[in-house]
Amino acid sequence: MPDFGSHLYVFILAAFLGLEVIKRVSPLLHTPLMSLTNAISAISVVAAIELAGARQSALATVLGTIAVAAASTNIIGGFMITDRMLKMFRRREVKR
Amino acid sequence: MSFLLASMATGGNTGVAGAFSTATYLLAAALFVLSLKWLSAPDTARRGNIAGQIGMAAAVVGALLHHNIVSYEWILIGFAIGGLIGAPMAIFMPMTAVPQRTALSHAFGALAAALVGTAHYYLFDLASHPPHPLVMLFLTLEVLLGALTFTGSLMAFGKLQDLLPTRPLTYRNQNAINFAILGAAVLCATLLIIRPQWAWLFPILLLLALAFGVLLILPIGGADMPTVISLLNSYAGLSASMMGFVLDNKLLIIAGALDGASGFILSIIMCKAMNRSFTNVLFGAFGQVQASAAEAGEKKTVRSTTPEEAAQILEAARSVIIIPGYGMAVAQAQHKVRELFDHLTRRGVEVKFAIHPVAGRMPGHMNVLLAEAEIPYDRLVEMDEINGDFPQCDVALVIGANDVVNPAARHDKSSPIYGMPILNADQARTVIAIKRSMNPGFAGIENELYTLDHTLMLFGDAKGVVGAVAKELAENGR
Repeated sequence: MPDFGSHLYVFILAAFLGLEVIKRVSPLLHTPLMSLTNAISAISVVAAIELAGARQSALATVLGTIAVAAASTNIIGGFMITDRMLKMFRRREVKR
Repeated sequence: MSFLLASMATGGNTGVAGAFSTATYLLAAALFVLSLKWLSAPDTARRGNIAGQIGMAAAVVGALLHHNIVSYEWILIGFAIGGLIGAPMAIFMPMTAVPQRTALSHAFGALAAALVGTAHYYLFDLASHPPHPLVMLFLTLEVLLGALTFTGSLMAFGKLQDLLPTRPLTYRNQNAINFAILGAAVLCATLLIIRPQWAWLFPILLLLALAFGVLLILPIGGADMPTVISLLNSYAGLSASMMGFVLDNKLLIIAGALDGASGFILSIIMCKAMNRSFTNVLFGAFGQVQASAAEAGEKKTVRSTTPEEAAQILEAARSVIIIPGYGMAVAQAQHKVRELFDHLTRRGVEVKFAIHPVAGRMPGHMNVLLAEAEIPYDRLVEMDEINGDFPQCDVALVIGANDVVNPAARHDKSSPIYGMPILNADQARTVIAIKRSMNPGFAGIENELYTLDHTLMLFGDAKGVVGAVAKELAENGR
């Protein structure tokens, strides 16, 4: 059985760290923040990869493959759109 | 198979490959935290995004090297599908559609979590090695949150994309029915925790959670979308975190907790900006209830103006504050607003933008649109900072915003939006409000700003009207 005590520890510390770090994000960037955290939470891809590649059962392979597709949509799309948005934020007039 | 599961349940960290996986996961966790830290300011934000990408790449490499993996074809097919959907969406999607894309991506993230949880449940050797109740606790939480966020986000997407009616859909005993379904789902989950081998309960749990997601979003209207999207963001993150508990994977726990915290903070900010509570947003069916309250007010006179006159007023001003709202996004008027901004700035008029936290359909929506139109971000000012400037401001130009500038929120105790922090546009010397018609806004509330003596209404589509004013200024300039 996993060591849930230490997991809970990690969860709570990460949540508090997250609250502290994200509180400092300028409201200007709240939309890119959401697309970035969305890409990051697609980290579930690591579990999906294992299901899709471990050949444990047909069901696991099918569900794992769909999960890899869904999570990687978020990873690829999420980081790309975040970059596209952040590129637009300029402090001063663009010389033209 | 039970051997495979046992090794999965401990993260399978054996041997050199296992140590390497652990190292990449640790690196990824550190980079994700740095990524969010750097995102805090526009100067370092792109670095933050790159840190996130490196972290994700490291974690994926670590996962691919996992010793359980015996074939790669399905993984590659999954990646190919993800790339084919994700990349074009990111490249070609107009910025006005960002809220829809965000809702859709919450749906994808939650779907992945729900499917992974489901697959793990059916991999358990239920007869001879039933999973520990604590494993089942986190697994059912993962599936419950994942499934309800999946359908809930799809519903939000449908509403934002206008595939579904945007107004709140309500029916009798709605909250009682919703709670009954949630209660039934929790009951299924509880039974599964105590008796994991009762596998017939699992599909029921899934269906109930999927149904609850749909019902939860039905009564949500457009103006509440910023809060709801943030809340769904939080659920999707928590679902990934629960998966980490089940799989004994700390990276999943950390990344999910960061996402959950982010969504949570954003929902709190959105709720505060509307002076409402979570329960009120989720179960209050805003807009539906208040539609009748709007009828009460007697007809007041409205002064309307023309683009020519508006151009003259703006030209004569020294300082102008522009207040954008969802109407600007709908009309895709941000580029015309930029033209107007250019003409006025060139004449020496000081132009600033006042951004209400819930303007638009998601947190930060207006900022992204104005940044897309190449308006420098130091011109975009938050509500608390700019409210003191309105009394000294010559013209407040309201473009497609409504409830966030309604003075009734400050003094009219009977108004449904009483207590909501607003932009004090009414304190400007002159107010010009661009609006399609005199129909009340989303919340169905009469806006007394429009009937003030120093308010001029400029009727029409935001893009057309702003364009006409900008053209007028361009011609006067010669």
